[in-house]
Amino acid sequence: MFRFLTRRVLGAIVILFLITAVTYFLFFVLPSDPAQLACGKNCSNKDLVSAIHHRMGLDQPVYQQYFDYIRGIFFGRNMPDGQNCAAPCFGFSFANDQPIWPLISDRYPTTFSLAVGGSAAFLVIGVGLGMLSAWQQGKTFDRVASSISLLGNSVQIYFIGPLAIALFADNLGWLDHGHDPTWTSDPIGSLNGLVLPCLVMSVIFWSNYSRQTRSLMVEQMAEDHIRTARAKGMGSKYVFYRYALRGAAASIITIFGIDLGSVFGGAIITEATFGLHGLGNLAVNAVFSLDLPLEMAVMIFSASAIVIFNIVVDAAYALIDPRIRLA
Amino acid sequence: MTSPSQASADGGSLTLEPEGIPGTPGGKGTPDLAGRTPRQLAWLRFKRDKTGIACAIVVAGFLIVAVLAPLIVKLYGQNAYDLYGQDDGLLNSYGLPIAPNGGISSTHWFGIEPQLGRDVFALLLYGIRNSLGIAAVVTIVSIVTGVLFGLVQGYLGGKTDYFMGRFSDFMLSFPSQLFYIAFSPVAISLFVGVGDQESWWVRPFVLIALQFLLGWMSIGRLVRAQVLSLREREFVEAARISGASSWRIIRKELLPNLWSTILVQSTLMLPVFVTAEAGLSFLGVGMLPPTPDWGLMFQTGATFYSNDITFMFFPGIAMVIFVVAFNLLGDSVRDALDPKTLR
Repeated sequence: MFRFLTRRVLGAIVILFLITAVTYFLFFVLPSDPAQLACGKNCSNKDLVSAIHHRMGLDQPVYQQYFDYIRGIFFGRNMPDGQNCAAPCFGFSFANDQPIWPLISDRYPTTFSLAVGGSAAFLVIGVGLGMLSAWQQGKTFDRVASSISLLGNSVQIYFIGPLAIALFADNLGWLDHGHDPTWTSDPIGSLNGLVLPCLVMSVIFWSNYSRQTRSLMVEQMAEDHIRTARAKGMGSKYVFYRYALRGAAASIITIFGIDLGSVFGGAIITEATFGLHGLGNLAVNAVFSLDLPLEMAVMIFSASAIVIFNIVVDAAYALIDPRIRLA
Repeated sequence: MTSPSQASADGGSLTLEPEGIPGTPGGKGTPDLAGRTPRQLAWLRFKRDKTGIACAIVVAGFLIVAVLAPLIVKLYGQNAYDLYGQDDGLLNSYGLPIAPNGGISSTHWFGIEPQLGRDVFALLLYGIRNSLGIAAVVTIVSIVTGVLFGLVQGYLGGKTDYFMGRFSDFMLSFPSQLFYIAFSPVAISLFVGVGDQESWWVRPFVLIALQFLLGWMSIGRLVRAQVLSLREREFVEAARISGASSWRIIRKELLPNLWSTILVQSTLMLPVFVTAEAGLSFLGVGMLPPTPDWGLMFQTGATFYSNDITFMFFPGIAMVIFVVAFNLLGDSVRDALDPKTLR
């Protein structure tokens, strides 16, 4: 297990290094002049532009800029104009000259709560539905469930979100309109505010999981070791949960690991639909103000989060499937 | 049983068949035993699939609407840019349609848009046209790139395979939705100088380029996996021994075996790109108003859902039908082309 984790962490570090390097290149080298973008539309003064160049460190070679940036994230740094930027330093926003890290650390709990809550919802609903379908294979329930899955696979968060708010929050009053979670001061209210967004977000994902789970379970039930277990006299339910589900779980977790990136994307759309203030909202607003350092910070932060979560998923995978451990 | 007279009349091909196969149509005197190409077989299987045919008709309907939108809207009599709500006084002071059900009437079949007061039917047709057009270009470019990438990767193998594989893994590790959002200002600033007016083609082009950039890897992987097994097969070996060049083997031996994958993947990828494009426009970083766009209609709908929910249904249900039809069609095409895979 330890060796497995070490290898995965080393791999993740390489991937993160490449992602940050490429992102940095794309954001600060590709635009003809980030300083022009930094000082906005009325920037014609040459002195001002070169002052901004110096302030952003753009008069240095690229690798030096990148190195400074990465060092800043871990140890903090002094910007070329003497401004101090404390330890996770992602630079200063173009839009309002604020340090960027507090902006992100303000916002990410919303996105993470959505992603975790949404994943929990679609894993429970999707896997549950798939298992029931496999259990009831060929019966009415199976057919109804597969039609629902097909429909669920074809709706969009930005369509059913407003409909769900209008129905469940405005008309029936069963659920709260979505709002930003504040876990420390109001945990119950935060939970209430997340139920509807998480459920809506889960719809586009669980259909896939129920289909996959169904076919995996059906496949597992046809395996020899299942037949042996049944022949030895074990109960069909026991075999279903302890043998077949465990066999299917490894594949489900693999699919989940692949989906992590889209879960994050789904969280962004959900935020916009429910008017929540998470990282997606931050990134979209930064588009309008052409705030490159902020965009890049959100990008690097989220990519790192996804890579780290992927390691966690892989570790879970190794725990469930003993064949993986030695690989 | 094939009667000798028929066999001789039909030429040598039939006599090669082993005699006495039970149930061959040859016994009834129909010369149907003559070989069918795999394409004909697939078409026969597809024709028997009722869901597939229905979905194909729906999909064709959407494509026709997208191509003929200007003509249909002209026949319909309204257009997608006139602000009927303001010109004809159909909106109240809050910008909502006065008439019930979102202002549905005999002149405005699907009602009028809140706030700007454009005709929803015309808007939807043009929105479908624009979103589908962008997605179609992304799909074609991604498929071509992915297939070429996978072919080269799988066929050359070895170190090339390894490095190209790591490259596509790396591209896959970017969070795509966020990448589109975060990178769009940079991409736009490449084409538009500070303070300049943006040309009409910049947005669609940037949308296409960004989605393509992170969109080709999945098909590339599929093609690679198939090529890896195909290139060990006897017919490829035979071609190699007879002195065919790599390019000829890729073109004449490998590519024809990949058509089913390519076709199925394109029908499955197109709706994904359509919804992704609509999602970006919905977030406000794709197409911009007043361009008619599927995603922008959801943006308007999400703003006004509490007062004018009718408006939301037209783009929403159209999109659900569109995605369902494409997904089912993709499944049917797969079943028709490859009867071995049972779902």
